[in-house]
Amino acid sequence: MKFIEEFRDKVETEIVIERILSLPLKRMRIMEVCGSQTHAIMKYGLEELLPEEIMLVHGPGCPVCVTPPEFIDMAIDLAMRKDFILASYGDMLRVPGSGKDMLKAKADGADIRIIHSPLDAIRIARSERQKNVVLFAIGFETTAPANASAILVAEKEQLKNFFMISCHVLIPPAVEYILSSDNISLDGILAPGHVCSITGYKWCENISGRYKIPVTVTGFEPLDILQGIYRTAEQVVSGRYKTINQYKRAVTREGNPKAQEVIKSVFEISERNWRGLGSIPCSGLNIREDYSRFDAVKVFNPEVKTTNENKNCIAGEILQGVKKPAECILFGKTCSPENPVGAPMVSSEGACAAYFMYKRNKGILHGQ
Amino acid sequence: MASDEITGISCPVPQVSNEKITLGHGSGGLLTHELITKIFLKEFDNDYLNMSHDGAVFISGTQKLAFTTDTFVVNPLFFPGGNIGDLAVNGTVNDLAMCGAVPMFLSAGFIIEEGFSQEDLKKIVHSMKAAAVNCGVSIITGDTKVVEKGKGDKLFINTSGIGLVQDGIDISPKRIAPGDKIILSGSIADHGIAVLAARENLNFRTEVHSDTAAVHDIINKLLQVCKDVHVLRDPTRGGVAGTLNELARSGQVSIFIDEVRVKVKEEVNSACEILGFDPLYVANEGKFICILPGSEAEEALKVIRSFKYGNDAEIIGDVRAENPGRVILHTRLGTKRVLEMLSGDQLPRIC
Repeated sequence: MKFIEEFRDKVETEIVIERILSLPLKRMRIMEVCGSQTHAIMKYGLEELLPEEIMLVHGPGCPVCVTPPEFIDMAIDLAMRKDFILASYGDMLRVPGSGKDMLKAKADGADIRIIHSPLDAIRIARSERQKNVVLFAIGFETTAPANASAILVAEKEQLKNFFMISCHVLIPPAVEYILSSDNISLDGILAPGHVCSITGYKWCENISGRYKIPVTVTGFEPLDILQGIYRTAEQVVSGRYKTINQYKRAVTREGNPKAQEVIKSVFEISERNWRGLGSIPCSGLNIREDYSRFDAVKVFNPEVKTTNENKNCIAGEILQGVKKPAECILFGKTCSPENPVGAPMVSSEGACAAYFMYKRNKGILHGQ
Repeated sequence: MASDEITGISCPVPQVSNEKITLGHGSGGLLTHELITKIFLKEFDNDYLNMSHDGAVFISGTQKLAFTTDTFVVNPLFFPGGNIGDLAVNGTVNDLAMCGAVPMFLSAGFIIEEGFSQEDLKKIVHSMKAAAVNCGVSIITGDTKVVEKGKGDKLFINTSGIGLVQDGIDISPKRIAPGDKIILSGSIADHGIAVLAARENLNFRTEVHSDTAAVHDIINKLLQVCKDVHVLRDPTRGGVAGTLNELARSGQVSIFIDEVRVKVKEEVNSACEILGFDPLYVANEGKFICILPGSEAEEALKVIRSFKYGNDAEIIGDVRAENPGRVILHTRLGTKRVLEMLSGDQLPRIC
């Protein structure tokens, strides 16, 4: 497959590993911010290839995991109403709100459709005009432009039955939040390539300057990730802290101005509650007043339940990289992909689910 | 162990699982397994059912017979490469073949939703006839029910089948033994991706065709040449990974497979990349897994590859004694990981 298989090549991988091993390594902690990177690290067993000096710490970059339960409750409340259709991305369906998840709401009669693009929700709204179609719009800077475009299309077509719950979150404030926390010390960061393809990487330069930490904008294939680790480790051992772009085939310093413009025209920056992390200033996107007639929260006023998360669930510490999933007493016992307690157990990008799928039985693999 | 035994507190996120059936219970993953064990096996408990095979094999007089049933609810009814009709015939024929039987007779039950097009029904029944002729089976009994509009989804078909098992053939997951080799008859995930791509709500076009096909003729020949085949299984729901997990559990062995030996067509792989699916868990309808003693594997591979629907067959792994119940994948990078059974369906990832 063009531009994919090349980045999963065993020989190329071994060359990068050799390079990493040739560095005068010391113990270091490198955080991969994005959940897709965590998933790839687990799927390809990359930690098995790395020297023990390099510890990978999993970051908060799974949009499904950080969507707070109150938003899921609001979505389910609307989905259960007569003549409502909730359009959601697939992996959101298993995340528990304060009561149930969307799969169970579906079994209770809610009309919930899995979509692959926000334009699928527009298509549903066009064909089922007698019903209110609510797009559950989650995601980082990567999905925000497409979701914003859906509102622009609905505006242009005067679609009166299309609405959105906007639960977008922004990556740069979350990375800063983690770096400024006293709980964790990091030596390097793999910045999320897909987010940077939209935002550019000036924000990474700010972070590497302010926190004196090397940042490597990194892609998602095994070779990308290993190269990202090499470039980061190289800086750590030589005491440098610049931003380097490993993912040049997709990311420029300026990013995608058109996508940035679309986001700005439809959304405005707001404070946002992150599941597991708490409230982070300027880290969310709400629908602007000009487009408030599409804002399902304002138009329908869905019920918001207050909820306390399971106090034994350490999702917050996992999302900040302070702890690993296996350190949670619920992991693999009370909390599993069939019955997730914390959101990182739900999406395949969530660190707990990735551990459960690929590393739970790590002991088995030794000596074989 | 209950949650409060571990934590000393009750979980404030109320879990209402197991109260109602969710789609995940039909996925072929852990939830399906749980449903079958806790509800069906508990009540129907008998030696045949407890074999956990694709069908039951029993003795009648001097003959060994295989009996199986399957219900088809595919949506959409027509998809690239086939329709629910040929799927319903091929699926049951394959289940009989997986018992080591020569398929003989089929039944067909139809649940039709009020308002369904007669023209479409004719097309589907015609496909069933063509598939039955191709497989050398006759559909000798049937049933028709019509349900009110909204009480069914256009058309559901159930087929049951009966076949004759030749002397000396004993196919059972219990026979899997360390040292056995695992053969996969071709590339994977075609059916699941073709059906998904054909769904109305998925604006997603691929050139992928379902692999729906009957493989009984390959199996007939294979069993003539290699009588000591231990297990045959078609990796339908739950895909290759789901099927191997079931086999590792029921055979109490571990299964090692080599990622680079499992073929996935480029277009199928691309679709999986876009959707965030692992092809190892996507359904197939014209493929089978054969587990047999290592000494017979090369000969078996030659036989399977001599057929049109088996020419991409490959030895993908082997059976070992340690860590019974586990399936372990050697990745293309030389690392290892456990291939777990999924709990429910794979859900498309957001990014």
